[in-house]
Amino acid sequence: MSATPTVRASAAEDDASAVRSRLASPSRLTVLVAVMAVVFCLLAALFGLVPTAQATINGFVAGSYTGLGAIGLTLVLGILKLVNFAHGDLLVAGAYFTILFAWLGLPLPLAMLGAMVATAALALVTEKIVWQPLRQAKAGTLQLFLSAIGLGLVIRFSVQFFAGSQVRTLGANVVDSIALGPLRLGTLQAVALLVGLAAMLLVGLALRFTGIGKEMRAFADNRALAEVSGIDTQHVINMTWIVSGFLAGLAGILYATAIGSFNPNFGLTLLLSLFAATVLGGIGNAYGALVGGLVIGLSQEWSTLMFNARWKPAVGFALLILMLLFMPQGIFGRKKRGS
Amino acid sequence: MSVDFWINVGVLAGIYGIFTLGLQLNAGFTGLLNFGQAGFMAIGAYSIGILVVDHGWSLWLALPAAVLLACLASVVVGISSLRLRSDHFAIATIAFAEIVRYTLQNAAFSGGNQGILGFDDEWRAASGWMLSKLGAFGLGGYTQLPLLLVVWLSFVALLLALQGLQRTGWGRVLRAIREDEDATAALGKNVLSYKLQSLGLAAALAAIAGFFVALNVTYLYPTVFDPTFTFFGYAILVLGGFASYGGVAIGSLVFWALLEGTRLIDASLSAGQQASLRFIIVGLFLLLLSRLRPQGLLGNVNEMKVRP
Repeated sequence: MSATPTVRASAAEDDASAVRSRLASPSRLTVLVAVMAVVFCLLAALFGLVPTAQATINGFVAGSYTGLGAIGLTLVLGILKLVNFAHGDLLVAGAYFTILFAWLGLPLPLAMLGAMVATAALALVTEKIVWQPLRQAKAGTLQLFLSAIGLGLVIRFSVQFFAGSQVRTLGANVVDSIALGPLRLGTLQAVALLVGLAAMLLVGLALRFTGIGKEMRAFADNRALAEVSGIDTQHVINMTWIVSGFLAGLAGILYATAIGSFNPNFGLTLLLSLFAATVLGGIGNAYGALVGGLVIGLSQEWSTLMFNARWKPAVGFALLILMLLFMPQGIFGRKKRGS
Repeated sequence: MSVDFWINVGVLAGIYGIFTLGLQLNAGFTGLLNFGQAGFMAIGAYSIGILVVDHGWSLWLALPAAVLLACLASVVVGISSLRLRSDHFAIATIAFAEIVRYTLQNAAFSGGNQGILGFDDEWRAASGWMLSKLGAFGLGGYTQLPLLLVVWLSFVALLLALQGLQRTGWGRVLRAIREDEDATAALGKNVLSYKLQSLGLAAALAAIAGFFVALNVTYLYPTVFDPTFTFFGYAILVLGGFASYGGVAIGSLVFWALLEGTRLIDASLSAGQQASLRFIIVGLFLLLLSRLRPQGLLGNVNEMKVRP
C-alpha cells in the first residue's frame, strides 16, 4: 500500500503485487501479534502478571472454540454467499448430541466423536433439504436469511423440546484443576485448550495441503474462477457443509466442556462472537477466522480484568459492530474487487 | 375454548401487527433488513416502565417520550450501520437487539431479570372505566376486552396512516430506494436520510407495540423482548405478504390463531415442550413460506426485491 507507484510491464507488476500481498499478509499478522503483546504487557502492568496470564489462558480456550466455530461460518459465507444464522445452533446440536450419546451408554470421548459426526450429518441434511432446493429456485437474500433463521429456530427448539431448557453439563468431572505455578486451569479446560489448539493446527494444515482444502479456499476466494478450472461444484459444497458441521460440533463440545454448564440458548449469543471472528478475519478466509476467533476470545477474557465478567459477551458484540463499521473487509482482507 | 382465550389471541395479533407494520415499512417498502425490531420494542417498553416507576411520570406522557427515545436509538443504529451492505446491516441490527437484551438483563436500572412492576395503575383505572361502560352491553366480564379494543383501534389508525404515507411522494421515494438505490441517489434524493426516516418510523411503531406488550403482561422482564421475537414479526410479514399493509393484519391474525391454537391440542405435553413446539412451528413457517410462497398470501412477487 505504501509502495510508490511506478510504471512497469504488466507481468512484472503482477509478480510484484503477488510478492507484495504475500509480504503484506504476514506483516499484518505480525502487527496484530505485536498489538496483542502490547495489550498484554499493559494489562500485566495495570492488573498484575498472574491475573493477566490467567485471563490469557482463558482467552485461548475461548479463542479455540470461537475460531473453530467461525471456520464453518466463514466457509459457508464465502462459498455459498449464505449468512448462516443457524450456525450457532449447530454448535448447540454438537453439545446435545454428546449428551444424547453419553446417555445411550457411550463413553464420553466416543460420544463426543459421535456427536461431531452427527452434527456434520445434520449440516449435510440441511444442505439437501433446505439450501440446495433454495439455490435451484434462485432464492433472494431475504428468503435465504429467513430460511436460515427458521432453520436455527427448528434446530434450537427441537433440542429444547427433547432435552428441556434447564442448565446441563456434559457429565464430566468439572471440579479437578491443574496448578501451573500460581495459575489454575480446570482439567477439562486444559483438555479443551489442547484439543482446540491441536484442531486449529490440523485444520490449518488440511486447508493448506489437502486437495479439498485448496478447492474450498479457491471457491471461497473466487467462485467463477474455481468453476472454470474444473472443480466439481456440488462436491465442494457438500464437503463444505460436512467440514463446517464437524467443526461446529467440535466447537460446541469445546464450549460445553470449557464453560461447564449450558442450556440450548447459547447458540445465538455465541453466533455473534462467531460473526465477529468471521468479519475480523475477512469473510471466506478460513485462517482469518481462526485468528479472528483468538482475538475475540482474548479480548473477551481480558475485558474481565476491567469489567464484571457478565459483560463478556458484550465485548464480542461491540467488536462485531466496530469491525463492520470501520474494517468490513477484515484484518487480512483487501478492498473488494468488482466481482 | 373460552372467549377470553380468543380475546388474548386478538390482543397478541394486534400488538404484533403494529410491530410488523414497522418491518413491512423497512423490509417490504424500503428494502432494509431490520433484524433488530425487538430491540426497539424493548427500549420503548422499558422507557415507559422506568419513567413511570422511577421518575413518577404519567403513563400517558411516558408513551410519547418512549416513542421518541426509540426513534433516537434508531438514529444512532441507523447512522452507524445504514451505510453497510444489506447483509452486514442485518447482522449489525441483530447484534443491537442482543446488546439491548443483554443490557436489560444485567444492568441495575432495568431491574435485571427481576424486571419492572407497577407502571400500569393509570391504564387499569382507564380499563376499569371502559369495562363499566361495556357492562351496559353485557360484556363487563371480559377483563382484556378494553385492551383488545384499544390495540386494534391503534393498529387500524396506524395502518391507514401508513397506507396514506405510501401513496405520497415520500412513499414512492422509499420504493425507488428499494428498487435501485444508486438511481434514486442520482435523482438527487438523500438516500441515507430517507432510510433513517423509514427506520425511525419502524422504531416508533415498535415502541408503541412495546407499550401494549407492557400493558398486556403487566410486568417487564427481558425475555419478553428476546431478539427472536423480531422473527415472529418476519413470519407474520411473509405470511401476510410483502409490500402489503393489509396483509400484516391478516398475517398476524392467522399466525397467532395457529400459534396459540397449538395450546389447545397438545394437552399431553409439558409447558416447556409446548413453548418449544411453538418456536419450532414458527421456524417451519419461515422455512416453508420462503420456499413455497416467498411473496406471502397477499404479496406481490414484483415488489419483493431486496438489494444484495
